[in-house]
Amino acid sequence: MARKSLRVLPGFRLTLGYTLLYLSLIVLIPLAGVFVKTSALSWEQFWHIVTAPRALASYRLSFGASFLAALANVFFGILVAWVLARYHFFGKKIVDALVDLPFALPTAVAGITLTALYAPNGWIGRWLAPLGIQVAFTQLGVFIALMFIGLPFIVRTVQPVLEDLDPEIEEAAASLGANRWQTFWRVILPMLYPALLTGFSLAFARALGEYGSVIFIAGNMPMKTEITPLLIVTKLEQFDYAGATALAVVMLVGSFVVLLAVNLLQWRSGRHLAQV
Amino acid sequence: MGDTTTFFRAARPGPHRRATAESPWVRWLLITAALLVLGIFLVVPLVSVFAEALGKGLGFYFRTFGNPLTLSAIKLTFIVAGISVPLNCIFGVAAAWAIAKFDFRGKNLLITLIDLPFSVSPIIAGLIYVLLFGAPGPFWGWLYEHNVKIIFAVPGIVLATTFVTFPFVARELIPLMQAQGRTEEEAARVLGASGWQTFWRVTLPNIKWGLLYGVILCNARAMGEFGAVSVVSGHIRGVTNTIPLHIEILYNDYNTTGAFAVASLLAFLGLVTLVLKTWVERKKEAALQAAETDLTA
Repeated sequence: MARKSLRVLPGFRLTLGYTLLYLSLIVLIPLAGVFVKTSALSWEQFWHIVTAPRALASYRLSFGASFLAALANVFFGILVAWVLARYHFFGKKIVDALVDLPFALPTAVAGITLTALYAPNGWIGRWLAPLGIQVAFTQLGVFIALMFIGLPFIVRTVQPVLEDLDPEIEEAAASLGANRWQTFWRVILPMLYPALLTGFSLAFARALGEYGSVIFIAGNMPMKTEITPLLIVTKLEQFDYAGATALAVVMLVGSFVVLLAVNLLQWRSGRHLAQV
Repeated sequence: MGDTTTFFRAARPGPHRRATAESPWVRWLLITAALLVLGIFLVVPLVSVFAEALGKGLGFYFRTFGNPLTLSAIKLTFIVAGISVPLNCIFGVAAAWAIAKFDFRGKNLLITLIDLPFSVSPIIAGLIYVLLFGAPGPFWGWLYEHNVKIIFAVPGIVLATTFVTFPFVARELIPLMQAQGRTEEEAARVLGASGWQTFWRVTLPNIKWGLLYGVILCNARAMGEFGAVSVVSGHIRGVTNTIPLHIEILYNDYNTTGAFAVASLLAFLGLVTLVLKTWVERKKEAALQAAETDLTA
C-alpha cells in the first residue's frame, strides 16, 4: 500500500496488463507456434527440408536481391535525402510527401503496376527490350520491386540527420582546406553511417519478407525467380504444413540475425562516436 | 589578396558562394538526378495505375465497380479495417500509457517486442494463424465440432490484418508521450481529477495528432494488406476476398483493365493517406516541439 501511494498516476496495472495480454495473444503465442510445430520434426527431417535445392535457390534470390536492392537504395536514398534536406526548388513539399508513396501504395497495386510497366510492351520495358534487357519475369524484376518498396526507409532515416547536422563542422572542414567533395566523403558521410545502417537494415528486413509487390513481376519459376515467401505459400497450398513451417523458421531466424547484427554494429559505432 | 576591401566583401553573404555550399551547376545536377530517380520509380508507376485503369474507357471503369464481387470485396475491406484499426488503437494507447508514464524493468524489451511484427514476413503472419486455428492446429477439433470458422473466413482475415498493423499506433505514441513526460497528468491528479478525467482532458488533447497519424498509417496498411490476408482467406469469391485479393483474381483472370480499375481505388486511397499524413505530421511536430520547449522552460 505504501509503495502504491508513491504513484500519482493510475492505471499502471490495467494498461501494462492489457499490453502484455494483447501482445501475447496476437503476436507472441502465435509466433511461438511456428517453433513448436517445427520441433515436431526430427533434425534430419528439418535439415532435409531447409536444404532442398529449391529452398536453397529461393534463399539465394530472397537474401541476394534484398541485399542488392537495399544497397542500391543507400545510393539513391542519400541522393534524395541530400536534395530534400539541402536545396530549395519548386514543388519540393510535394516531392517530399511523394517519397512515402511505397508505404502508402498497397503491395498488390505496386506489384501489378511494376509488372505492366516493365513488361516488354510496357511504358518502361519497351525502351529496355531493344537493349536486350528483360526485367519482368526475371530476377532483375524482383530487384526492381524490392527497390521500390525499400527507397523510403533510407531517405527517412538519413534526411533528419542531414537536417540536424551542425554547419560548424562543415565550416571547419572548409577552413582546413577541404573541398566540397572531400568534406562530404570524409566528414559528412561518416556521420551518416549509423542512420544508413538503420535504414539499410529496415529496407533489407522489409524486402526479405516482401510478397505482394514481388510475385506479380517475378514470374515465379522454381529454382530461378521463386522467393522464399512464395515457396512457403506453395507448400501451404499443397497442405505441406511441416515444410512451410520449417522454411518460416529459417526466414524468421535469418531476419532476427540481421536485426541483431545491426543492433550490435549500431551499439559499437555509438560507443565509437561517443569516444571521439 | 591581402587587400582589406576584398576581405570584407568575401565575408559578406553576397554573390560569392559560401565555402559550405555546392556550385550552382552541381546543385542543379543533383536536384535533376534526384527528381529523375523519383520520377521513374514513383511518379511513373502512380500515373500508370490510373492510365491502365481507364484503358477501356470510363464505361468499363464504372462497370467494374458495379460488379457485386467488387462491391463485396470493398465491403469486407472496410469491415476488416473497421475492427483491426480500433483494436490496435486501444492497444497503442494502453501500451504508450504504461511505457511513458511509469518506470518498470524490461521496458526496452517490451518496446522491441511491440515492433516485432514489422520484421516478420506477412506470409509468416498468415501462416502462424493457420498453424493455430487451421487443420494442423490444436483448436481445429473443437472449432470444427462447434462449426466456428476462423481460417478461410473473416475472423482469420481480421487476425492476420491485426498482426501486420500491430505496431503502428503504439510506435507513434510511445516516443511522443515519453517526450511529453508526466508532469501535466500529475498536476491534474493533484488538483483532484479522476484517472479517466486526466486521460480525456489532459493526455488525449496532447496526443491527438500523434494518435491520428498512427491511425492513418495503420488504416492504410490494413486496407492494403495482401500477403498475410492471402494466406488465411482461402480466396472464396464474394465471401473472403478483400480489395487487394480481388485485384489479384481479376489480374489472374486476364482482366488486366478491371484489376487496374480496382487498383486505382487503392492508389487513390494511398494518395489521400499521403496528403492526410503530411498535414497531420506538421501538427504532430508542432505538438512535440511544444512539449520539448515546455521541458526546457
